Amino acid sequence: MTPLSGTTAPPPLSRVAPARSRAGLADPVVLVYLALVAVYLIGWIIVGMRGGDFVTVANTVTILQNSAALGLVAIGQTYAILAGSLDLSVAYLISLVTLITAQVMEAAGIVAGVAAALLLAGLVGLGNGLIVTKLKVNAFIATLGVALILRGYLENTYTGPAGDVPTEFQRLGYDRIGPLPVSVFLVAAVATLTWFVLRRTSLGHHIYAVGGDREVARLSGVRTDRTVIAAHVLCSLCAGLAGVFLASRLGAGAPLAGTDGQYDLVSIAAVVLGGSLLAGGRGGVIGTIGGVLILSVLDNVFDQLGVDPFFKNVVRGVVIIAAVALYARQSVARRRQQDQRRSG
Amino acid sequence: MSDTVAPEARRAGLRLPAALSASTPVFVLLGVLLIVLAFVDIGFYEPDRLLAFIRRAAPLIILAAGQYFVMVSGGFDLSVGSIVTVGVVVAAELFNIVPDMPWPVAVLILLVAGMVVGLLNGLVSTVLAVPSFITTLGMMLILQGAVFFWTQGAPRGYLSEGYRTLGRGMVPGLPWLPWAVVVLVVIAVAAVLFMRSDTGRTLVATGDNDAAAALSGVRVHRLRVSAFVLSGLAAAMAAVLVGGFTGISAQAGNGMEFEAITAVVLGGVALGGGRGSVVAAMAGALSLQTLFTLLTMLGVSGALESTVQGVIVIAAVALGAVSWSRRRRVPNSTKERR
Repeated sequence: MTPLSGTTAPPPLSRVAPARSRAGLADPVVLVYLALVAVYLIGWIIVGMRGGDFVTVANTVTILQNSAALGLVAIGQTYAILAGSLDLSVAYLISLVTLITAQVMEAAGIVAGVAAALLLAGLVGLGNGLIVTKLKVNAFIATLGVALILRGYLENTYTGPAGDVPTEFQRLGYDRIGPLPVSVFLVAAVATLTWFVLRRTSLGHHIYAVGGDREVARLSGVRTDRTVIAAHVLCSLCAGLAGVFLASRLGAGAPLAGTDGQYDLVSIAAVVLGGSLLAGGRGGVIGTIGGVLILSVLDNVFDQLGVDPFFKNVVRGVVIIAAVALYARQSVARRRQQDQRRSG
Repeated sequence: MSDTVAPEARRAGLRLPAALSASTPVFVLLGVLLIVLAFVDIGFYEPDRLLAFIRRAAPLIILAAGQYFVMVSGGFDLSVGSIVTVGVVVAAELFNIVPDMPWPVAVLILLVAGMVVGLLNGLVSTVLAVPSFITTLGMMLILQGAVFFWTQGAPRGYLSEGYRTLGRGMVPGLPWLPWAVVVLVVIAVAAVLFMRSDTGRTLVATGDNDAAAALSGVRVHRLRVSAFVLSGLAAAMAAVLVGGFTGISAQAGNGMEFEAITAVVLGGVALGGGRGSVVAAMAGALSLQTLFTLLTMLGVSGALESTVQGVIVIAAVALGAVSWSRRRRVPNSTKERR
């Protein structure tokens, strides 16, 4: 009732509240999850009309289980893309990691296998980051080159599946805690950690700053090179985890595990589908998870309908373009509004 | 007389080093590769083998020219590899449906189809404001999925002898001259003339700064769309040559989009657009093809070939980046973040 509280408290409220609600619908993350709900409902209706079961615990678990590998890769890709980079080498890295995991595990046990896999992934990420920052090679070409290097090594060294994963380790791929598969907890843990790193640590803030404008970030004292390298290492580590997980699912190392899944391009698509800006600096891991789930629900619907696997790719392409067009329209409209406000 | 010549020469003299500095690395690389090739195998420079080599390189060079138009205007075209695959498979299917179709008709259908795909890419990227990386990635998934869905992985049909002439035949009366080389030369000359025209220069300006271009009256959208159409057209032409040369395969264009992009970047064209010449981009493609040939001659096993290719591509681009960062650091850094 005092003049002080009367003048200070209400204005911020009235200023903030509408702004937030306007941002709500335009916020890509909200859109992604609305789209996810829509895809899920449509899937439910279509599959239900064909007499299939969609909204069951078993099917939901299947959807989550099948999204685990792509989820891990896409979380990693989020780091790289937010930092204004991208990683085309993840697919071959995943293949190589499944092989190394299985072979080292066969020889030296589970812990050594996982350690070797993550070490390898970290080194590849370090290599990517160094090439991008120190040699100043554009990320597209740098990671494509690293992909070619890994591919040559793979094709020269392996002709088929190799190594063997102990049965206990396969539990990572098949066991459940309650109704949920272990892999879901793995993805959730990595996603939570990533959210924490991006939103609550200085590294995360630096990644956004560097992705937004590298020159401005550098001038305000961010060690841009280190930040980009760290983003690449984290990206590769996530891909490495995906490889370890796939090794556990497959029971052995598979030279085509990564490329058959098209994890390189589809993970980038999932990140952009999740509302992150391809040019970097805007977006986040929550959207990425939404993007991955959309692709996974679609996949499941097609499987249930018995859609031709090749035709699935056609629809996947259309969905990716359509979804990104939706965000792009929104941001174009918003920019136009701002321009009008500024000029008017 | 001397009054008119002198400023011209001076301007050319000023312009030449600037133009060279962007593309020097690729010509040096190409020169080194060609010299090494001479040491590895003297016979390589016999005219017929040299022409056969150029014929093999023609599809990639044409793809690189098309990719250049898109990249210099600030985009990507990841769909060209799948256009090549689809082109080869569709041509075979066309002859399956209409066995006695004259081959120019089949070629024409493919070229128009390629332009339509390019038009779609361009419209989605500009009107719907989808980043071209995502547009053409989606198009790649769509085309690949469609061709495999249609053929179930085993393309049917055949390519008529007439149709295959462009890819592997010789010009009548000149039994040493492959058609593919003629096609390549025509396209290369057309590309250079196009880039020297007002439209070509505006295309580069658009890639450099589209806001400035738009303010000075350039129809940015229309220009970008035409770059994608040209890229689709080039990819379809490459499909005709590849189909003629190697026959039907559902993997015909695998990875060609990345090869084309690598070639253009090797040629000193900045990702994000606005810099680089089409000749250097085509030289980049020729360098890549020379590199492949050299690796084969040296007996590097097919598998390790991609490792060596990866190392050399990174090294070449890194060397190019060094000379650039000295010359034009500031424009470079402000440009990449539009």
